[in-house]
Amino acid sequence: MDQLLINPNYPHILSTLIFLPLVGALLLLFVKNEFFARYWALGITALTAILSIPLVSAFDTSSAKFQFVEQYNWVSSLNIQYVIGVDGISILLVMLTTMIMPLCVLASWSYIKTRVQPFMICLLIMETAMLGVFMALDFVLFYILWEAMLIPMYMLIGIWGGPRKIYASIKFFLYTLAGSIMLLVAIIWLYKTNNYSFFIPDMMWQNYSLTAQIYLFLAFFLAFAIKVPMFPFHTWLPAAHVEAPTAGSVILASVLLKMGTYGFLRFALPITPEATTLLMPYVLWLSIAGIIYGGFTALAQQDMKKLIAYSSVGHMGFVTLGIFVLNIAGMEGSILQMINHGITTGALFLCVGMIYERTHSRELRSATGVGKYMPIYVTFLTFFSLSSFGFPGTNSFVGEFMILAGTFKHSIPLALAAIPGAVLAAAYMLRMLQKIVWGGTDNPDQSWLNDLNLREIITLCPFLFLVFWIGLGPQPFIDLMHISVVNLLDQFHAHQGQAVAAAELILH
Amino acid sequence: MQFLPELTLLGAGLVIFLVSLGKTDADKIKSVAICLGAAVFAATLVSFKAHGSLFYDSYKIDLYSQVFKCLIAGAMFVVLILGRKLKDIKNSVHPEYYLFLFVSVLGLMMLVSSVELLAIFVALELSSFAVYIMVPMRDDSGNYRFQMEAGIKYLLFGVTATGFMLFGMSYMFGLTGSTQLAVVMEKLSSMYNQPAAIIAIMMVLAGFFYKLALFPFHFWVPDVYEGASNETTAFIASVPKLAAVALLIRIVSMVNGEGQVIVNILMVCAVLSMFYGNLSALVQTDVKRMLGFSGIAHAGFVLLGILTFQLSGYANALYYIMGYVVMNLACFLVICSVSNNGENVQIKDLSGLHKRSPLLALSLAVALFALAGIPPFVGFMGKFMLLTGALKQGYLILVILAAINTAIAIFYYLSVVRVTFCSDPDNNSPVISGIFTNATSIILLLIIVIMGVAPQGFINFATSAVQSIM
Repeated sequence: MDQLLINPNYPHILSTLIFLPLVGALLLLFVKNEFFARYWALGITALTAILSIPLVSAFDTSSAKFQFVEQYNWVSSLNIQYVIGVDGISILLVMLTTMIMPLCVLASWSYIKTRVQPFMICLLIMETAMLGVFMALDFVLFYILWEAMLIPMYMLIGIWGGPRKIYASIKFFLYTLAGSIMLLVAIIWLYKTNNYSFFIPDMMWQNYSLTAQIYLFLAFFLAFAIKVPMFPFHTWLPAAHVEAPTAGSVILASVLLKMGTYGFLRFALPITPEATTLLMPYVLWLSIAGIIYGGFTALAQQDMKKLIAYSSVGHMGFVTLGIFVLNIAGMEGSILQMINHGITTGALFLCVGMIYERTHSRELRSATGVGKYMPIYVTFLTFFSLSSFGFPGTNSFVGEFMILAGTFKHSIPLALAAIPGAVLAAAYMLRMLQKIVWGGTDNPDQSWLNDLNLREIITLCPFLFLVFWIGLGPQPFIDLMHISVVNLLDQFHAHQGQAVAAAELILH
Repeated sequence: MQFLPELTLLGAGLVIFLVSLGKTDADKIKSVAICLGAAVFAATLVSFKAHGSLFYDSYKIDLYSQVFKCLIAGAMFVVLILGRKLKDIKNSVHPEYYLFLFVSVLGLMMLVSSVELLAIFVALELSSFAVYIMVPMRDDSGNYRFQMEAGIKYLLFGVTATGFMLFGMSYMFGLTGSTQLAVVMEKLSSMYNQPAAIIAIMMVLAGFFYKLALFPFHFWVPDVYEGASNETTAFIASVPKLAAVALLIRIVSMVNGEGQVIVNILMVCAVLSMFYGNLSALVQTDVKRMLGFSGIAHAGFVLLGILTFQLSGYANALYYIMGYVVMNLACFLVICSVSNNGENVQIKDLSGLHKRSPLLALSLAVALFALAGIPPFVGFMGKFMLLTGALKQGYLILVILAAINTAIAIFYYLSVVRVTFCSDPDNNSPVISGIFTNATSIILLLIIVIMGVAPQGFINFATSAVQSIM
């Protein structure tokens, strides 16, 4: 248990963050008032966001241990514990989740017109599950929250979604569930091998046999690659994104996709280091495939949400690329890029949602030339689009730059293969931006459109602020994760070295 | 005191019998039946701590049997409440229906206490014959005679299974010269190298496979579920399965570690049950049929715990069947409420249930997600523990196959949830559910969640129950 650090000043902060939204959702069950439901959900999510601030201020950046740890026995006969904690890898994701949820509520303020109260309940339950996934240090706790999340997300897409919501929601559910089935078997196998313990830090850096590691890695890979989604497993994503309501798309893009990459960092690398080394090239080239494929497909889209959904495939390809080059620049860039993607893509989905609320169409064609009538809107959209393809000065530039720097260090052909992805990103984002802002001579009549109202501006402002904060001064964010990443890589290389040495010993 | 629950049941049957002699209106009978059901449940609680043996040691009262009696009585009480309208049973036969219901439960209660082959046989037949009659009691409004077909199928398959069991018992007696279960299994344990011993045990188990609807004794399930009235199906789908698991555990726990052949056979049955049940359920349009096939798959899961031959495995199986009965009853509660005149409920009839009755829609969704094994409900915890137990014994392939089945199963559960929540109602008639139904569904919901979130107490309880027969 030496990996754990209990922070005496904030003994129950993480549990508070997890359970506050859940309690809020349960209380909301008993109220039947749409107006109240909106304010209540906003209040609860905002309170959670405020309560999460001490996490950053009290976080010890000089330690790679898990902090703010809470530990209780849960199911003692199986040795399942309720252990939660955050380290440098998860803290930013926790913060991203708490910060983005109030904005999701704001974005749904007038977008959701029917069954408001259940919608808000689903959002609050989602928040509980997402925070829990990033904090869980017990594998069963992690798996329970990872799966439980499917129910509210399924409801969000299936009830409040677009015309093909049934198809999209079921595809989302089945894909994710089928992917994580083998994860469950892997968890139980690890439990049996690790002296009947589900404690995640104890599972890391053990000397499992290479065959076992490969099977474990494949089980992890299937579950996490579907969630990311990596290239051949991405087909659920456009469907789900397109049909989900705005808040659902934002949650999907900003938080849910990060769980896959978080899973790689938290489980795949520390538990199966040798298999990771062995299978790394395949994952890297799949990432490249995702980057290129996502870029080209996005270029061909006429539907704005689909365009952004495919751009997500490309961006997440960069993230997995950065993780699996296994050096500090790449990995820090990846974690930063997870946050960046959450901010930028979340904001872009919000922007599309705002147009959709006015025109009831996601078609690029019907949104051409709105710049003249919605100047504030296109100002925001421009900044987010620039951020999306990594324009210098914005957040994604820092992330992509670090990832590419790490990739160059690892292998030059690989880095060169990733470059077209960055160019493609500029191409498809600028194409969309050009059409929306100016369009052509055949623009539909947009003069009836109202520009953003105060609520919408308030929703977008925090995103814009973060775009420039991370873009111009990323150091505080990198400081938060640095020690944890260094520690992860040190252990990884040490372990890899041991394995190589042992293998040589056997060979000679 | 030791025999109190059975005596109460017998008394309940007699009261109903007396009522049936006169002309009483249906409302009064159902109130009487529900009160009697509550009395039986209370009696099982009162005699919970009783222990001893009766009838020349062929009838054992221990914690294990009392736990099962409690569960059986509780499940019966829920069935009485959710089916209290008996929508599809002719008014004139309501008293008889209740009479047979009580007799059948009496048989099941006697079954969980029986430790002698003939006692087992008599108890099993007592419970079966009552149900054989309950199935065709459905009102034949459409003149389709589905219920007759169902009744005949249930009877014929039941008799066949009983035949197998009796044949197995004759082998047991022939091999060991005793009908006391403990003596029989003790003596058999030195004969596992002989096919006759294995065959004897498997054939006796077959009788319970039939009750539990386990492959290859599952053939009656879909038609009987479809043909019997909703209330009868709710009963068949829950209460006898409890008793079947009780006896399976009782018998298997007496097989000692040498019985690897038996483990292998059980494993094959479990895997085939899961695949057969889940794959067939995928294409069903009738909710009851679908639940029937899903029941076959769940029976396979229960077997996963039993075939570990470990105390913890039996406890997991007990925990799982408890959870399964609760989830299943929650589903049937919705089916019985949605069905206006007791007709079968198609999946599309549930469309827009969220508008017609939010509470029922919620409980159906929770029950189905729980059956599918999605956390944080009891279905997940149960499956998780069963898989963990099986992998502890090193049955990796079995665990992987079972896990794959979880993924297959989600589709058909989800398609019902989809219709319930994500579509607008075809007919806007609100579903009328009384305060009793609502209260019961809330209680079932809470049990599903609590058993899933805080399983430790239930597991300890199940373990101590199983320990009392080891």
